[in-house]
Amino acid sequence: MRFADLFRFAAGGLRGHRLRTSLSVLGVGIGVASVILLTGLGEGAREYVTGEFASLGSNLLIVIPGKTETRGLAPLISVAPHDLTLRDVDALRERVPGISRIAPVAFGTATVKVGERGRQVLVVGTTREMLEIRHLKMATGRFLPRDVRDAPLCVIGARVQRELFPGVNPLGQIVRVGEWRFRVIGVIAPRGVSVGMDLDEVVEIPVETALRLFNRSSLFRVLIEVRSHGALPEVERAVIDVLRERHAGQEDVTVLTQDAVLSTFNQILGVLTAALAGIAAISLGVAGLGIMNVMLVSVSERTHEIGLLRAVGATARQVVGVFLVEAVLLSTLGGCVGVLTGLGAGQVLERIYPDFPVHAPVWAILAAIVVSGSVGLLFGMLPARQAARLDPVQALVGRRT
Amino acid sequence: MIELAGIHRTFEVGGQPVRALRDVNLRIAAGEYLSIMGASGSGKSTLLNLLGCLDRPSAGSYRFGGQETAAMSELELSNLRRHRIGFVFQFFHLVPRLTAAGNVELPMVFAGVPPAERRERAAQALARVGLTPRAEHRPSQLSGGEQQRVAIARAVVMRPSLLLADEPTGNLDSASGREIVDLIEGMNAEGLTLVVVTHDPLLGARARRQVRLADGVVVADEAAGVRGAASGVARGRA
Ligand SMILES: Nc1ncnc2c1ncn2[C@@H]1O[C@H](COP(=O)(O)OP(=O)(O)O)[C@@H](O)[C@H]1O
Ligand SMILES: [Mg+2]
Repeated sequence: MRFADLFRFAAGGLRGHRLRTSLSVLGVGIGVASVILLTGLGEGAREYVTGEFASLGSNLLIVIPGKTETRGLAPLISVAPHDLTLRDVDALRERVPGISRIAPVAFGTATVKVGERGRQVLVVGTTREMLEIRHLKMATGRFLPRDVRDAPLCVIGARVQRELFPGVNPLGQIVRVGEWRFRVIGVIAPRGVSVGMDLDEVVEIPVETALRLFNRSSLFRVLIEVRSHGALPEVERAVIDVLRERHAGQEDVTVLTQDAVLSTFNQILGVLTAALAGIAAISLGVAGLGIMNVMLVSVSERTHEIGLLRAVGATARQVVGVFLVEAVLLSTLGGCVGVLTGLGAGQVLERIYPDFPVHAPVWAILAAIVVSGSVGLLFGMLPARQAARLDPVQALVGRRT
Repeated sequence: MIELAGIHRTFEVGGQPVRALRDVNLRIAAGEYLSIMGASGSGKSTLLNLLGCLDRPSAGSYRFGGQETAAMSELELSNLRRHRIGFVFQFFHLVPRLTAAGNVELPMVFAGVPPAERRERAAQALARVGLTPRAEHRPSQLSGGEQQRVAIARAVVMRPSLLLADEPTGNLDSASGREIVDLIEGMNAEGLTLVVVTHDPLLGARARRQVRLADGVVVADEAAGVRGAASGVARGRA
């Protein structure tokens, strides 16, 4: 028997029962669509996080005061860290040659007021180098001037501007933070959330001013941009060495590389994606049972046809072939419907949440189609064998439908 | 062509054996026209199904064309049905979703005949039964007599040597039944061996040789018009 004929005959069998066929196609379709959508969500989350980190630049070191002891038995016995100071920052800049830019960061929340209008925002104390390290763009005005660490100047986020200065040019205007007064010199272009910090909702001021404002002696962290990606480990070591020397021989800072943070995120999100795919796979299994049921009904309805096929010389294997191809056709059709539905739903989600890309990976799409075909093969096996095992005589005389 | 010797067919029904055929001995030569008659439940269909290799005997020897069928595999039996045997049933058994031509093509589809040849041979077979204008109709659009003619075209499209008909007119009015009988008798006249199961005495009497069954036993096997004789017809053990 030619495969094209087998295919056509099986397809004809499906066409004979349009409602039943479309329902089981729908069942598989839902399963496959959920695979596509859920892996798309997981993968989208991974891409989103990766992209956010990439926006920091890939040659970044982050120095945080305090040593998180990940090895050893007693994380509670941690040394009281020395302050991470601006003088530490200057020393690093001077003594570690691989550093291209270094930005100290101090932050806290405060209420910012313009006249009677007030708003709780994140106040970030830093220097001009922040602009370059984080690739910030200005909507109007300029960022903090170079080499200025202490001055009553501020740069505000886009939403802060919109809420505190609706319809007013903010440049040159005064905002109050507590008792302190700052002159607005620039507005950061809107950018949205970036690594956990909503840049549209910040007020940036010179770093020393910020330390005094919050009455703190230690920086919150130090961002270091390294000249080349290859120099990262070397610079990381040099930074730790310099700070240990300055902190009385104690290693009391944590240095994060972006790679390390990223790979942790990647691991977590990879597991998440796999878990989502697993959940979706269950619905595929359920769809498989649906196909099996449909095929069993089909076999029992078509006993006469099966008996006839045997009478005209169809072998048991050909009968198995007919019903298997039907089942695989059914499920693969469902797979295609599901892929299209899943991709469509992804598009809709992406339109609603443009920041959060839903990217079903190509492997998931191919796998969904292959898997749905296999589901048909697997769950079609039993009904097909049942059809082939029918006694031809019994099948011919059996109950008429 | 066909030699049955000491054939038994026993079914188990609720632990009880039902002996549908008992010690049947029958030789059928190529080109014969034979009717099998008997009361309902006498074993006619069981015998026909055995002849058609749809069923296997519980005991005894069935040789088709000199070859012992008991020694054949399922595959070889399928092959035999495909190429050497045509079936016509009381309830036609057409596939409802296929056209008349599609139904006639069916045996060739499973035999792997190329589409172009299939179409041509199906058209010829339909022409032979006078249904060329109905080739693209589905069974539901055909009368009973027309459906049975499609079934006959399907049965002979592989050019078998044996045509088995189980009550072929049992579901038809007498005019349509008449057409069917004329058709298959015409094919017999062209050399096709014909075995017709019927409980219609008028139809049975038309056959040149008549076999009568009662309770699974052959009680008569006679040439037309010659009661109790076996003149000119091979009879008994092979
Ligand atoms: N598959 C079967 N299982 C059990 N009994 C059967 C089966 N097929 C036929 N029989 C029995 O065998 C006997 C002969 O049946 P059958 O050949 O169909 O008779 P006929 O065609 O002459 O009416 C009947 O008693 C019938 O009940
Ligand atoms: Mg019968």
